[in-house]
Amino acid sequence: MNARTLRPLARWVLFAALACGSQVVEAAPVSATAGPVQFNRDIRPILSEHCFSCHGPDVQKMKGGLRLDRREEALKPAKSGKKAILPRDAAGSELVHRLLSDDIEELMPPPEAHKPLKPEQKALLQRWIAEGAEYQGHWAYQPIVRPAVLAGSEGEGGIDRLVRARLETLNLKPAPEADRRTLARRLSLDLTGLPPTPEWVDAFEADSAPGAYERWVDRLMSTPQYGERMANGWLDLVRFADTVGYHSDNPRNIWPYRDYVIRSFNNNKPFDQFTREQLAGDLLPNASMEARVASGFNRLLLTTEEGGAQEKDYESRYLTDRVRAVGTVWMGQTIGCAQCHDHKFDPITARDFYSMGAFFADVKEAIIGRREDGMLVPTEPQARELARWTAEAQRLKERFEGPHPELEGAFGRWRQERLEALRSDSLWTAAAPTSADSTGGATVTIRDDRSVLIGGKSLDTDSTVVRFTSLPERVVGVRVEVLPDKSLPSQGPGRAGNGNFVLTEVVARVVREGAPVREVAFDSVWASHEQTVSADKNPYGKWSAASVIDQDARGTFAGWAILPEAGKPAQLRLRLKEPLSLASGERLEIELQQKHGHGNHTLGCFRIGMATDAAAVVPPTVPLPNADLAERLKVDPAARTPEQSAKLWFEFKSVAPELADLRTQRAAADKARADFEGTLPRTLITERSEKPRTVRVLPRGNWLIETGEIMEPAIPSHFRPTAQAASDRRLNRLDLANWLVSPENPLTARVVVNRYWRQFFGTGLSKVIDDFGAQGEPPRYPELLDWLAAEFRESGWDVKNLVRLMVTSRTYRQSSSAPREFLARDPDNRDLARQGRWRIEAEQVRDSALQVSGLLVPRIGGPSVRPYQPDGYWENLNFPQRGYDASSGGDQYRRGLYTWWQRSYVHPSMLAFDAATREECAAERNRSNIPQQALVLLNDPSYVEAARSFAARILRESSGDDAARLTWAWRQALSRAPQDSEVAALRHLLESQRTAFAKDPEAASKFTRTGKAPTPAGLDPVQWAAWTDVARALLNLHETITRS
Amino acid sequence: MSPSTEIRQFLQQQQTRRLFLGRASQGLGALALGSILQPRILEAASAARTVSGAVAPLHFPAKARRVIWLSMAGGPSHLETFDPKPKLAEMHGKPMPESFTKGKQIAQLQGQKLVCYGPQLPFKRFGKAGVELCELFTQLGSVSDEICWVRSMTSEAINHDPAHMFMNTGSQIAGRPSMGSWVTYGLGSEAENLPGFVVLTSLGRGGQNQPIAARQWAPGMLPSRFQGVHLRGKGDPVMYLGTPPGVTREGQHEVVRTINDLNRQHDAVVDDPEISTRIAQYEMAFQMQSSVPELMDTVSEPASIQSLYGCKPGDGSFASNCLLARRLAERGVRFIQLYHKDWDHHGEVKQGVEFKAAEIDRACMALITDLKQRDMLKDTLIVWAGEFGRTPMSQGGSGRDHHNAGFTIWMCGGGIRPGMIYGATDELGYSAVESPVDVHDIHATLLRQLGIDHTRLSVKFQGLDVRLTGIAGRVIQDII
Repeated sequence: MNARTLRPLARWVLFAALACGSQVVEAAPVSATAGPVQFNRDIRPILSEHCFSCHGPDVQKMKGGLRLDRREEALKPAKSGKKAILPRDAAGSELVHRLLSDDIEELMPPPEAHKPLKPEQKALLQRWIAEGAEYQGHWAYQPIVRPAVLAGSEGEGGIDRLVRARLETLNLKPAPEADRRTLARRLSLDLTGLPPTPEWVDAFEADSAPGAYERWVDRLMSTPQYGERMANGWLDLVRFADTVGYHSDNPRNIWPYRDYVIRSFNNNKPFDQFTREQLAGDLLPNASMEARVASGFNRLLLTTEEGGAQEKDYESRYLTDRVRAVGTVWMGQTIGCAQCHDHKFDPITARDFYSMGAFFADVKEAIIGRREDGMLVPTEPQARELARWTAEAQRLKERFEGPHPELEGAFGRWRQERLEALRSDSLWTAAAPTSADSTGGATVTIRDDRSVLIGGKSLDTDSTVVRFTSLPERVVGVRVEVLPDKSLPSQGPGRAGNGNFVLTEVVARVVREGAPVREVAFDSVWASHEQTVSADKNPYGKWSAASVIDQDARGTFAGWAILPEAGKPAQLRLRLKEPLSLASGERLEIELQQKHGHGNHTLGCFRIGMATDAAAVVPPTVPLPNADLAERLKVDPAARTPEQSAKLWFEFKSVAPELADLRTQRAAADKARADFEGTLPRTLITERSEKPRTVRVLPRGNWLIETGEIMEPAIPSHFRPTAQAASDRRLNRLDLANWLVSPENPLTARVVVNRYWRQFFGTGLSKVIDDFGAQGEPPRYPELLDWLAAEFRESGWDVKNLVRLMVTSRTYRQSSSAPREFLARDPDNRDLARQGRWRIEAEQVRDSALQVSGLLVPRIGGPSVRPYQPDGYWENLNFPQRGYDASSGGDQYRRGLYTWWQRSYVHPSMLAFDAATREECAAERNRSNIPQQALVLLNDPSYVEAARSFAARILRESSGDDAARLTWAWRQALSRAPQDSEVAALRHLLESQRTAFAKDPEAASKFTRTGKAPTPAGLDPVQWAAWTDVARALLNLHETITRS
Repeated sequence: MSPSTEIRQFLQQQQTRRLFLGRASQGLGALALGSILQPRILEAASAARTVSGAVAPLHFPAKARRVIWLSMAGGPSHLETFDPKPKLAEMHGKPMPESFTKGKQIAQLQGQKLVCYGPQLPFKRFGKAGVELCELFTQLGSVSDEICWVRSMTSEAINHDPAHMFMNTGSQIAGRPSMGSWVTYGLGSEAENLPGFVVLTSLGRGGQNQPIAARQWAPGMLPSRFQGVHLRGKGDPVMYLGTPPGVTREGQHEVVRTINDLNRQHDAVVDDPEISTRIAQYEMAFQMQSSVPELMDTVSEPASIQSLYGCKPGDGSFASNCLLARRLAERGVRFIQLYHKDWDHHGEVKQGVEFKAAEIDRACMALITDLKQRDMLKDTLIVWAGEFGRTPMSQGGSGRDHHNAGFTIWMCGGGIRPGMIYGATDELGYSAVESPVDVHDIHATLLRQLGIDHTRLSVKFQGLDVRLTGIAGRVIQDII
């Protein structure tokens, strides 16, 4: 290209720009009309915008049999038989004819498309055909080749040389280097997200040693704040948030992923590893905890808990969400477009879309509903402590489970006792009642197993009478078994809420019609268990069996009860004074009195048994073994299998009094371990399900259609390496990650480099950060983008190296001021003949105020925190309704990065400054300038509190007269000394506010008490309040929230 | 969400032109420049108080200048409100014929036996047109000849959150601009010191208050200035509107003056067009601190108006919000959206609709009447719509499930044909069978009434021309 011929042209462009606003910003590449037409630079954008929707990659929508995105197709005759393009014969080409036609039936693009071509675009297309209609592969899909770099002068790196080469052709000169104070602020904001302290600025300014700038850069990049700053953009990109997003928008455990990102940037984790860990950390060999935390990436999407949501619907939403994420984060491709149809502009088909989605079909998750708690993520000390608890629990477990030869004797006795209990139990027979009723009016049911179940009306006092007309001869004992039942509160056996009862008296009598009642007396009674708890008012000192045959000598309050053994069977054995037999016509009535009188302590389920053998009427001292245990107990010790033996010992140990202490210790250790574990952080991670979900192509994206082709995971066909096409194993997420960072993939390195360029220069080299397809923008500096991409990849994906290359370049260090015609000609700084200037991001706005005020608590990582928020902001959340408790202590003053991210209601201060809601992956944020920002900085208590704390600093840390203090304060906030007129304006404010607050000291105190931060003693409220308004003014300045 | 190149260009044009007018004109001749600029640019150059629109000139003569959208959140039953179905009453208790339901989305009734559930409230005829409505809506019925009843509405979504998103943004994917943002982006706002897109919310007393996310009024990829501002019933009506404790209005003014003075001084050095915008925004913020409370203060409304709406100042009711909507409309706010919750009647639909009718019937009538008596109904488009309707089948014996195959909305004013019924559902009220209408059609029609061709209101995002109507949408010619 010839600089001399371009010069007048450049002027013309400038003039045209001034004369017609819309061209100012479009400012088509100046070289377009000079030299040969280049397809990618000049033609593809026109075809893509105006033609491809009908004549592009989406063959389903192709019109007239003409496809223009591939040369071999475009040169073929269309359906009409005419050839759209005849190379070197523009006049003969149907395309040109159609472009220029007056006939609206013929004209292309058709008027109803609302995409008319400009005359200069038509001219370009004609020139292109005349020059041979050469195509180029789409720029972003070409292999990355490191371009040759001109020889440079001292201190000029690759970036500068490539920029200089282009500036020379534009006849532009780079702007001079910015002054040191500006650079200090720029570097500090760009690399740490915080403004520099005045001391830092002074030291940086004073350091004139060779390599000083680079050393300061390294110093900033080695602070932990660097990782926080870099994480911020990544968290938007991957839509990191604390809540699920849809409908109820409930919390989920995920913050350890955020800390992983911060750590990764601070440790300069190579970007390829960073990629593999997030997409497939769980699939890496011997996956570390770090890698598994990273795999939480796959869980960051929106999920739902809404009732009535349909699985297939959300399965499809999750699939498309994940594919869009990979498209945005790594590929810079709008793959999402291919959900319903082949992509209209880029070579991505609907089949590609779903085969990409199939990579994620193995992510184990509930489609609808609460997210699981996730993996434990203890810190090092926490892990040690957890290990200590685990070891202790394990030690006690082993001690308990190990051999205990010293207990052989006890074991033998235990077995004997149980065998005896079984023997005595077998001597009892359940008697069949002929009738039963409740004097209180409860419902009484006699069941097939001869038990009696009470239901219906709840009673505090009752008596249940059970009648028997047929008994064995010579009954010597009566048994009352109380039994649990599902119908009873807490499973019974009583009807009190806790399953308890109080049996106050058991009365037996023989009744015969027309004859006097014969009382039947008991002389002894035993229970399997007697309640001792809550017995302080009981005259027996416990809820004893004895009180059921004391004829209520000590009142009706006392009786037999069984806590804490509710929910299990228990029994009472009563010995008759005299053996009992029934004569013909006689019946036995047993009355179970329950006269406790409180809290429904009546019986729920019981069974009456009789014994005729005196050997049965013995204390039921040990719990009756269940059938399984009974079986094993009966086996002769010599004949026992080891398994039977182990089971018996286990039963024995779980009740042996000799081991009571050990059991208590063990339970305590287990509980302590569990309690401690409950306090540890957890995070959602990716776990692989053995059976991946079936993924089908959904025609038009409609999940109700379940007949689409089943897709296996695959790299989009246009990019698919031949090796992978041949693979016979099902590909997985690790294959996807490996491909993304492989040399065959031309996209990732370019996409990432371009995003960082935007971070440090304000606009990407290709402006459309999230679309590197045909509808995006070919990079303004293609060689520079490729040089950086090559450098990034060849350095082993070294992010710090990339950042260092950018921020140490002369291009970066240029001043951001420029003559106004420069600003007008190049408002987005596409030519790089200066630096950019922009309002800092939401988090940085907050962080700056905290830093300047001295409130900032620089702790790294941990659970998200809650800055003050207006009451009722969450009132439209539901399931459940939620209140908001602002964090207290240091957590109130953490960096914006740690703010609780409630997707459906992102913190309003953050939102006002364009923070992303993180519902979708977002590669860049708006930089808006709206009145809500003024309201936040003026009135949000966080900023008022920052101002009053800043004012306290001014009053305590600075000295001298008002002007000196104002100068000191100015430097804190703006990293530079103020002009006299600036001091004067602030002094005017200070004085007027002093006068006003002096008239209302009450108001001054109220004002300076805003927020939870402790109030330093010894400050005069009026002074303090006036200075607080000065501090507010400083924190509100445009310059304070601007990086320049 | 990132701004598209196109929007950035739009904003930069405004900015750049302002820059030229303000400073660069010396070198080039202000007259020559002025002649190529449209009047709206001159307005924009003067202040950021009002916002100019991206569609200029309009594609069609506008019939409506503003929109009041009444969102009945939860999904009102059309069968107990505005769509009479005697056949469904006959079929009450009988199985729902499978021919009606086959291949359709079903929400909570998935896999359950589907049984017809007759309308739970009686209907009667209203107005000259004799439109049949549930008899509880006597007030609304009294103005039924002003209303166009669309009985063939459909939606793609069947769960609340995606259905609201779809109704508001035309997409079920989060992150697209809400229709209020689109409209203010397209037309700008005439409101001085008030946002162009305002949202109000109210609760019902039935307790079925589904959550509503702020994304329902988010600007998506449009610039943040087009976001809906939620005017709240409690606390500061606009967040951070109140001055800090102990600070008087004069004190606040002094601070704002100083900030603007210092910003002006800085601008003189660095020459950054963002600074003049910033100064204008501080002025607007300060003005809002009085204009918004003035707006919210309905005590000044005469007693006749208070009783027309049937509300008390500050009661936070739907009726109060309707009155506020009228005040906002008068002040030039472009898009006013009211959410009234508690329409999610999975159970007790009869009592639920009785509650709702009591809450909205008079208020809707009052809004229509009040606008009409101020001669504003002709250019104010009112839309009453849930995010979906409810099933003709019973849920749990007393309620109805979510339903998107056919339901009723109504429109009024703004050039919409009054006193007509458009479209119909089948005899059981399941599917829209006559002139089905989808969400994109409503959006297209709404934009048409505002003077915008929905196919030409688009922004570039990720390579696509993103539109409120997606790739669909058809203006319903029969109702305009």
